[in-house]
Amino acid sequence: MHELSIAIGIVNIADKECKKSGKEKVELIELEIGTLSGIQLDSLEYVWEAAVKDTILEKSERKIHQIQAQAICLECELPYKLDHIYDGCPICNSYFRNIIKGQELRVKSLEVS
Amino acid sequence: MCGTCGCGSGDGSITIAKPKQEIKQYSHDHEHHHGEHHHHHKTVIDIEKDILQQNNVEAARNRGYFEAKNIFAINLVSSPGSGKTSILERTLKDLKEDLDFYVIEGDQQTFNDANRIDALDIPVVQINTGKGCHLESNMIYDAVKQLQPKDNSILMIENVGNLVCPSMFDLGEKKRVVILSITEGEDKPIKYPDMFLSSDICIINKIDLLPHLNFDIEKLKEYALRVNHHLEFFEVSATTGQGMENWYSWLKTQMAEAELNNS
Repeated sequence: MHELSIAIGIVNIADKECKKSGKEKVELIELEIGTLSGIQLDSLEYVWEAAVKDTILEKSERKIHQIQAQAICLECELPYKLDHIYDGCPICNSYFRNIIKGQELRVKSLEVS
Repeated sequence: MCGTCGCGSGDGSITIAKPKQEIKQYSHDHEHHHGEHHHHHKTVIDIEKDILQQNNVEAARNRGYFEAKNIFAINLVSSPGSGKTSILERTLKDLKEDLDFYVIEGDQQTFNDANRIDALDIPVVQINTGKGCHLESNMIYDAVKQLQPKDNSILMIENVGNLVCPSMFDLGEKKRVVILSITEGEDKPIKYPDMFLSSDICIINKIDLLPHLNFDIEKLKEYALRVNHHLEFFEVSATTGQGMENWYSWLKTQMAEAELNNS
């Protein structure tokens, strides 16, 4: 259950950034999570409440932008959508590819007041 | 105990210690915020910050230290029972005259693994993560301070037996080695792809059992390469020693290359 570590990491970033801005309250936190980031969204959901309790994010709204994973085939250079890490190129069936999107795990923005 | 998430409570707390050493409690970094807030104008701040940034920064600090001292750090990951500790023990026994080893053991509970390493007269620190399912860079930082590894040595970090969570946490290692035993099923790499994607080396253990099992090693490799075409394989048996020579010569080559780069 590494999602708890992740959630605590999110709280720490929000706390630091909010203080830096001189504001006191986080109204909204926006996250960007790639489909290959290694985070299970329902697990994050499960630990969220416990992780944010008594913190700056306790009453904040949370928005998650999921980023669809994409690879580029190293044989035929086709960019393609990855549903699984082990998906090969749909045209030439090669498994030689670079993952170009989908491993993001970021705090995108905070709305503070 | 942290009243917020229960972390650091009772037997869930983290300890880092050498065998037979007094145990120091370890508290983790967890910021809390209390009190009333006043309403002001809303502002949107663009942050674009990696959530794992803190771990990554601490991993970079470890990596810098290892590079400066020419310490070759290896992060050993696998599911429980694949033979991480047995491979480690055999490697240490066979190579301790040729190379300087240091070991960090990660488990939720017990000093059992550290005691096995300690019995070989290899300096070792045990990290008990309590309820934690993986090692993080700050634990390695503290463990390394206790270990005081010499220059030009090998640091073996045995992660918590778990094929999921440790994949996301860089510890500052030079190479990540995933161990899989042939009693586990050929499709593990595609069932738990994150770990295979983030590893450099795949050791296939327990090959002495091959005659008794219906296991297709080529199929396993094919699956693993679908996930990560950079993976290098070693087929070994920590029990009989079969195939261990290839793994040893890889280790020696890595050390020789590192010394060459640093000279």
